[in-house]
Amino acid sequence: MNIQPENAKNRPFFDVSTMLGRSMRHIFRSLDTIITVTIMPIAFMLLFVYVFGGAIRTGTDNYVNYLLPGILLIAIGTGMSYTAARLFADKQGGLFERFRSMPIAPSSLLWGHVLTSLVSNAISLIVILLAALLIGFRSPAGLLAWLAVVGILALFTLSLTWIAVIAGLSANSIDGAAAFSYPIIFLPFISSAFVPTASMPGPVRAFAENQPVTSIVETIRALLAGQPAGTEIWTALAWCLGILVVAYWLAMRVYKRQTA
Amino acid sequence: MPKNETAITVKGLRKSYRNVPVLQEVDFEVEKGTVFALLGANGAGKTTIVKILATLLKPDGGSAFVNGFDAALQPDGVRRSISLTGQFAAVDEVLTGRENLILIAKLRHLDNPRAIADDLLNAFGLTEAGGRRVSTYSGGMRRRLDIAMSLTGSPAIVFLDEPTTGLDPEARLEVWKLVKQLAESGTTVFLTTQYLEEAEQLADRIAILHQGRIIADGTLTQLKSLFPPAKVEYIEKQPTLEDIFLSVIAQKEER
Repeated sequence: MNIQPENAKNRPFFDVSTMLGRSMRHIFRSLDTIITVTIMPIAFMLLFVYVFGGAIRTGTDNYVNYLLPGILLIAIGTGMSYTAARLFADKQGGLFERFRSMPIAPSSLLWGHVLTSLVSNAISLIVILLAALLIGFRSPAGLLAWLAVVGILALFTLSLTWIAVIAGLSANSIDGAAAFSYPIIFLPFISSAFVPTASMPGPVRAFAENQPVTSIVETIRALLAGQPAGTEIWTALAWCLGILVVAYWLAMRVYKRQTA
Repeated sequence: MPKNETAITVKGLRKSYRNVPVLQEVDFEVEKGTVFALLGANGAGKTTIVKILATLLKPDGGSAFVNGFDAALQPDGVRRSISLTGQFAAVDEVLTGRENLILIAKLRHLDNPRAIADDLLNAFGLTEAGGRRVSTYSGGMRRRLDIAMSLTGSPAIVFLDEPTTGLDPEARLEVWKLVKQLAESGTTVFLTTQYLEEAEQLADRIAILHQGRIIADGTLTQLKSLFPPAKVEYIEKQPTLEDIFLSVIAQKEER
């Protein structure tokens, strides 16, 4: 009879990649995840460009360019509900307990889901970007600006994913696990994602200008337009990092409490 | 690691949930290479004991040693010595049976995970179903796969928490056969059950857990001696519905 050798702790990256491989299989076997995540933001994009767009004065002649950053953030928010639901399903089905009773680093369990979230959101964003190109999105941005955009989107995804981990771990039903993302999806609507904040009444404007989405949207918009991002980029990074640190800390607390 | 003949030693184990005591001073020992059955009704605290021994829960007091490792202080040592089969089949529905086994073999850092998976599929009569997604499996097949996953890497101690609850009689017999094979191979089996017959069939030693305490602990013969001697009655033995069901099934089975 075997006692497994004490090598488990030396190979956390191997464990994470095993777990990532597993949940990526889930995604490719239920492609509806990618479709659902992309279809709503694309529908919003079409609706705003072809229905409302004519009446919206943003001061730019290409509304798709103006709109795209907000649409990408909505897509990331939608993707979060799936991350939370996948984690919840593991916890509910007993697989979580099986993994936790095995000699693998506890963090590889969560990081497997977190990396899956990053990869699947990246796929969704590429699909949306292609759709945007079809309806007239154009960007003069150089490689460096694009890399900055990718970095900010990845950081935003990562920080929201850790909120999704909290939701997935502490929910009592799969609907509950998914529902936390609704406010996140709604947040871009009260920001400068669709219309300039200057048109909003006082209190709404104050909220819109000081919530994380606006600074992230403004940063990405400026970068994609080939303009300097100014100080907005630091506000955006501060928001993302702040959310990331708090959410990670809370998620770990929830995780540890469930093992006590 | 101390060299002794006990696989599991539990002393004065206590656990409460929100001030409701679930376990109160639980003591027992499990010898290496034996089948130990923890018998009790729903809510007696069986699963809580399993979770503490499998390092999923921390006890409020007392100690639990598994394969010489303290479950509360050396969880990694315990995890390297055990496998857990919980009350509900812990299988990945989206993956195939084979992929489930490969996943566990990889997480246990075994060499040749694919070959190990194929051997286990073969041993558990799942070779044909191995390429299908688990969501298409019957309850009995799911449980077989679940147990096969637990035996990946041949852990020294196997926990089976109510392995036959919710299974049909045929699948239950299959699980019993597996447990007997495990016992013959020298694996220590810790089993919880609410069925008296199951404990009687499988266990070398039986402990009865009632309201968070062990109220009886011994071999079947010892437990029987606690009660009034059997009296002899003559009754006509009718086949039970289970006998009928199983014999009809057996005729139809080509396996």
